[in-house]
Amino acid sequence: MAADFDIARIAELARIALSEEELAGYSEQLEVILEHAALVQALPTDGVEPTSHPLTMVNAFRPDEVIECLDRSEVLAAAPETEDGYFRVPRILDES
Amino acid sequence: MSDLADLTILDASAGLRARSFSAVELLEATLRRAAITESHLHAYLTIDRNGARAAAEAADAALTEHGSDDRPLLGIPVALKDNMVTRGVETTASSQILAGWKPPYDGTAAARLREGGAVIVGKTNLDEFAMGSSTENSAYGPTRNPWDPDTVPGGSSGGSAAAVAVGSAMGGYGSDTGGSIRQPASLTGTVGVKPTYGLVSRYGLIAFASSLDQIGPVARTVGDAATLLEVVAGWDRYDATSYRGDLPNMSGSLDAGVEGLRIGVVGELSGDGIDTEVIAATRATLDRLSDAGAVIVDVSLPSTEYALSAYYLIAPAECSANLARFDGVRFGLRVGGDTTAEMMAATRGAGFGPEVIRRVLLGTYALSAGYYDAFYGQAQRVRTLVRRDFATAYEDVDVLVSPTSPTTAFPIGARATDPIAMYYSDVCTIPSNLSGDPAMSIPVGLDAGGLPIGFQVMAPALGEELMFRVAAEVERAADFTARAPLATSEVVAP
Repeated sequence: MAADFDIARIAELARIALSEEELAGYSEQLEVILEHAALVQALPTDGVEPTSHPLTMVNAFRPDEVIECLDRSEVLAAAPETEDGYFRVPRILDES
Repeated sequence: MSDLADLTILDASAGLRARSFSAVELLEATLRRAAITESHLHAYLTIDRNGARAAAEAADAALTEHGSDDRPLLGIPVALKDNMVTRGVETTASSQILAGWKPPYDGTAAARLREGGAVIVGKTNLDEFAMGSSTENSAYGPTRNPWDPDTVPGGSSGGSAAAVAVGSAMGGYGSDTGGSIRQPASLTGTVGVKPTYGLVSRYGLIAFASSLDQIGPVARTVGDAATLLEVVAGWDRYDATSYRGDLPNMSGSLDAGVEGLRIGVVGELSGDGIDTEVIAATRATLDRLSDAGAVIVDVSLPSTEYALSAYYLIAPAECSANLARFDGVRFGLRVGGDTTAEMMAATRGAGFGPEVIRRVLLGTYALSAGYYDAFYGQAQRVRTLVRRDFATAYEDVDVLVSPTSPTTAFPIGARATDPIAMYYSDVCTIPSNLSGDPAMSIPVGLDAGGLPIGFQVMAPALGEELMFRVAAEVERAADFTARAPLATSEVVAP
């Protein structure tokens, strides 16, 4: 089942920088965990609806009202870097 | 009891109203207890002395002005697991990635406690982002079990459980995704409750697996647990999954007994893989319930055999999505990089601990193109089968019971390098998270090594009144009066 299990690709998708050694360790552990997790595939579930919410709630509506929200300066104060009232991040597009 | 820190919430509340002592005195007794126990237990990550003092003074003022103030937690010192956000008080979820973060808002549970006049003593230790069963996965060091500091207190709400067990909080709150309130309650000789999914708002609970996460109390008695739950339960505009209907009357039937109730013992959760002493304590409890007039019935929930496997697909899948928010942009740690993508990967690689990385990777894989249906989809269908098993069982019985944890507290480090062995700690508790139904753990005895054993009561969705009713009988029958030792000569400093 894990024939194309590519740990480096998974780490890239998850946006987690890991060393080669760390990747090898996680790869080994994930194989073991997946073996156990894959036991669910032994259970026949044809025609069984998946459960995403345990109570039989369908839609949760409430009035669309203007209410107080978080204070902008307080929120920005917790950010690693800000500029002119915005979150600042390193460049997003590769300019090379 | 000569020390105020050893009172139950119900007794302390009565004492406050009788003016036998003040809320400030109650807080001071709690802080003195913490001063004795914290050096070897490490239940707290943050103690908010100033905030707690101000809340206690406000409670005393309220009692002076309105002696009839009937808020049940007014002036009561409580502890919150550090994955519940508190305005202006550092909230880390035991992760380096949130080191130093002071949230700009209160989660709904914290807000309701403040409105209720409770005194929030501080924030308790947990497995990072609530991922674990021992509180060893904290970036700030493990919490130790007060009954034996060489053992774990369970997890992930191990800090709240340990604090309540020794009286450095009169009540505590945790979150339960796969057993994270009930299993530490079992390992520390306390009462722990996972309410029906949706009963308590998750707003301001740092999300782990959103379709499973639920906030609930840890307490010394069943009655205290019911009171702690009543104050935080109820619909919330900030959580669309919170329950809108009438709430169960948690403490309405505590004295009703179990005469004529049908109690089902879940075979799959009470046999193979469970310690013999745990089985013996479970049987003894069943005998006492039978003596009290309950009808004991054997019940089978065949699909619970697959619950653990389904859980270890659903929880990592949901956590991999939820933890995407920790990206070094809006709060918490940032580690440098030339591009935003590099910065995010470097930040997450440096800020997350090994168990969190393991689960995010697993979840990312389980949700990746081509695997979604085979893993997450299949696990969600198994969840339906587990719910059907419960529904069928409840046609014949009123409540279900089992041990809470397959073992008593295990030594620190014993399962740290074996994820599967650690995951098995939650084999008895996970089915109720998958079904969404309420479940709780009540202490019923000690093993030969002097470590507590917990007994689990499960009820249908919104069946809290019945669950607490049976739990109260379990408590009376077990008459568990042992207390964890404080820091004395019998406790060896680490």
